[in-house]
Order: sequence, then C-alpha cells, then structure tokens
Amino acid sequence: MPELRVEALTHVYSAGTPFEKTAIENISLTIPQGQMVGVLGHTGSGKSTFIQHLNALLRPSSGAVYYDGKDVNATKHSRREVKAQVGLVFQYPEYQLFEETVFRDIAFGPKNQGLDGSALEARVREAAAFVGVDETLFERSPLELSGGQKRRVAIAGVIAMRPGVLVLDEPTAGLDPAGCRQILDNIQSYREKTGSTVILVSHNMDDAARMCERLIVFDHGHIAMDGTPEEVFARPEEMSAISLSVPHAAALAMALRRKGVPLPGAIYTHEQLLDALLRIEGVGAC
Amino acid sequence: MLKDVTLGQYFPGDTVVHRLDPRTKIVLLVVYIVALFQASGWWSYALLLAATAAVMLLGHIRAKNIFKGLKPMLFIIVFTALLNMFYTPGRPVVEGWIITWEGIERSVQMILRIVLLIAGTFLLTYTTSPIALTDGLERLMSPLKRIGVPVHEMTLMMSMALRFIPTLIEETDKIMSAQRSRGADFETGNLIRRAKALLPILVPLFVSAFRRADELAVAMESRCYHGGEGRTRMKQMKLQSIDAFAFALGVLFLAAIIVMRRFHL
Repeated sequence: MPELRVEALTHVYSAGTPFEKTAIENISLTIPQGQMVGVLGHTGSGKSTFIQHLNALLRPSSGAVYYDGKDVNATKHSRREVKAQVGLVFQYPEYQLFEETVFRDIAFGPKNQGLDGSALEARVREAAAFVGVDETLFERSPLELSGGQKRRVAIAGVIAMRPGVLVLDEPTAGLDPAGCRQILDNIQSYREKTGSTVILVSHNMDDAARMCERLIVFDHGHIAMDGTPEEVFARPEEMSAISLSVPHAAALAMALRRKGVPLPGAIYTHEQLLDALLRIEGVGAC
Repeated sequence: MLKDVTLGQYFPGDTVVHRLDPRTKIVLLVVYIVALFQASGWWSYALLLAATAAVMLLGHIRAKNIFKGLKPMLFIIVFTALLNMFYTPGRPVVEGWIITWEGIERSVQMILRIVLLIAGTFLLTYTTSPIALTDGLERLMSPLKRIGVPVHEMTLMMSMALRFIPTLIEETDKIMSAQRSRGADFETGNLIRRAKALLPILVPLFVSAFRRADELAVAMESRCYHGGEGRTRMKQMKLQSIDAFAFALGVLFLAAIIVMRRFHL
C-alpha cells in the first residue's frame, strides 16, 4: 500500500532577506493509504505550506516527502508525476477556472497527463459524477455557474486526475450550509468508492470531528497534536491555548458535565451527544 | 520565484535614509540623475559610486538586493556596452581590430551609468514606502494643479497600482500553483507552447483583477471618497533639519560634479 511519509520537513520563506520566515519546522509524520486526515491550525500556523509540499509545489528547505516510497523531489519527472498522485485543491479553487466550457476545464488535468479521446471523456464524466456536477452543464461556461457549482467543477478538475491522495484546503469556505454539507458528502463518498487518502484542511471543528479519523493540529510551524478526534478534543485547554476551539457538541457536553449531567467522555459530534443524552435514565422516558 | 520580483519593493527600516522626507528623497534622486548625466571622467564616476555606496550603507540596503533588481536589465546593459565598444572611433586595441580603447572606456562608463541610475532609483523605492512616495510626489507636483493637471487622481492611480503589484503577484503565484497542481507545464516546450500555457493563468488573473477593481471602487464609494478636493492627511509631512542637511549635501554634490566636468575629471 502506498503511503505518504514526511521526514523532518522544514520550509523557510525568503531565506536571506529581512522577510525571512520559517513556516514549518521539522515536521515528521506518516499517513497510510485510505486514511481521512484533518489538518487544523489557525491562520499562519503552516498548514498551507505543509500541504504544498505534499505534491512538490514547494521544495523543502530541508527534509523530504515520500509517496509510495519514492522521494517526490528526486527528479523533475517525479515532481511532475506526484502532482497527479497527490491532487491538491486550493482554497477558493473556483478562481482557477479558465476554460470556455465546464467539460474542458475538468479535462485540463487528465489531458496534461496525456489522456485524450474516449478515455479522457470517461474520466471527466466520472469526476463530474463524484462531485454532483450534472452533465447538462458540460457545455456551459464555468464563469456563468453559481459559487457552489464552480467550486464543485474545480474539485472535479483535480479528482479527474485520479489522485491516490486528495488534499483539500478549506473546501467549504464561503459556502452556505447546504453547499458545505453537499461538498463534504461528495468527498466522503469519493473516498469510500476509490479508497483514496483524503487530507482536509479546515477551520471548522464540527466538520473535522464528523469526517476525520485522525486530526493533526499545527501551531507555529510545529505539530501540536496528532491523534484521533477523541484524543484531540479531549484537550480543550490546549486547543484554546493555540486559538482553536473544540466542536460545539464537545463544548456543550463539557458544560453539561460541569452542571452535573452524567455524560460519558469522547463526545464530539452532535449525533454522539444526542445519543448520550437519550441514554441518560429518565430522559428517554419523556 | 515570482516573489523575487523587486520592482517597487520596500524594505522597512528605521535608518537616516528611511526617515528622510519623501520629497527630499525624490528631489535628491533627480539631483543624482542630473549629476549622473553630467559625469564625464573617472573621478566623477568614482564620486558617484562613493555617494551611492554611502547611501546604501546608511540605509542598510545590501548590494545583493540591488543586483537582484538589475537582473532583468542585464540584456540592455550588455547590449549598450557592446554597441559602444564597437562603434566608438579611436585607437584600436590591436591593429586592425574594430574595438578601440575609447570604446572600452565608453562602454565601461555606460555600464556604470546604467547600473548607478537603476541603483539610485532602487534606493528610493527600497527605503520609502509606496504611500510616502506617492504622497511626496503629490505634494511636489501640487503646483501643477493650478493649470488643471489632475495631480491627485494621477498619484491615486499610482499608489493603487503600486499597492496592487504585490497582490497581483501573489494571485498569479496562487493561480500558477493551482494550474501546476493540475499538471500544467510552464517551463518546457517552444515559444508557442509556452505562450499557450499562459492562458490558464491569464484568464483567471484578469477575471479576479476586474472583480478586485469593482470591489475597491465600491469600498471607496461606501466610505464617501469623492476625489482630492479638501482632503486632509493622517500623516502630515514636515521637513526637518536632516532634510536641510541632505539638501545641502545634494547641492554640494551636484556642484562638485559640474566643476569636475569643466576639468574633464
């Protein structure tokens, strides 16, 4: 099974100028294939720099990134190859749409991989289906679509390369709740159907709690916490110390516990909270 | 990569050069350029070089940053130098050659002149924030308002352009990263292929530039911006004693160069 391995990764911006800034320092971790990972951290904590190393967009100042056992920065060829293996969806990806039609925009990535004809068409249809872009939109200009549709087209453009690892930077930023839900569901089902690794950078603790099996918390270019949502959200003081919060459900559960409501630990989604509340004797009866 | 563009970049600091009034610096740059074109002999060039180096030292600007900014001009510099080398009449270096001693002297001076010209301009933009620079320009050109020149509008356009250079560079960087993540290749292929590869950058860049312009106009209007008439400033510019001192030095410097020209130094 291919895995993503990061070893002692450090990145310094504008080295040697007055603007020199160490964005991430000595990051090491391994992400096995198929894992759903949430990357948390406040603005400027180094998350964006980190994910841009995963597909060799940025070259490490020191350290290395391996995918499937190979150093992604080894050669020019590997740097190109990894871009299709590790698909990176930037924040507000709809601003990168440029083609005349939705179909051609989604096809841009796989076309660069060397596909054409019916294979290319199949890829585009498959990717569009994953994110719920209807085929009737294929001949429209991407600039005419609504915000949510544009975003889904942009995500389809990356999925169409069939990456083994899908990295999404704030995929729900600026969308209405229904749009958020839809995109997250699309991502979830994409992962279930293809077995890809998904790395989700998010500010939304509720989304992270609901979707991810592992959370990596960045702070000032270091990894502050790395564990399951239970482990991470069981340390609310540490989270608030680095200007992050815990999910609403976890905060509510804690407040209830303080008031004397006997709730078990490890509550961080709305469903778990509801479930736990219903189990309390006397509540279920009424 | 694109972040290396030094055009109009400002290196914040708190040195004597940074603290000078922007108007002083602009006038001194003009004086410096006049002096540069008055220079005729090696001694004048030595004086110019020394003055430039002194300002660099005072302003804590490293030579490396100046040279980085020179890179895009390299072609013009080399081209001018070569032309001067071949087309200056005089004593040939080797009998029968087209290259003359006078030509070599001329081309070295030409290189110095262009390099110093650019270095001087960089020293101004490196040590003066874009806002201070345009404010200074506006004040200096304000007499032109009387004859109907829209000075305020011009400087506003300039400060906006300067303000948005880094933003657009950042935006370009972002779009390039995004398209590169989709396998776009900007580095290989012939000219036509490379020009075509720019399309995925230019289209989104223009779309977002127009969106930004729109947003900016709305933001300015909703804060009741209506032109320069009767506008006051948060930061009033005041000439201080170091400005007077700098002016005096500048005048002395120009005088020295003109005197040296008389004696062909």
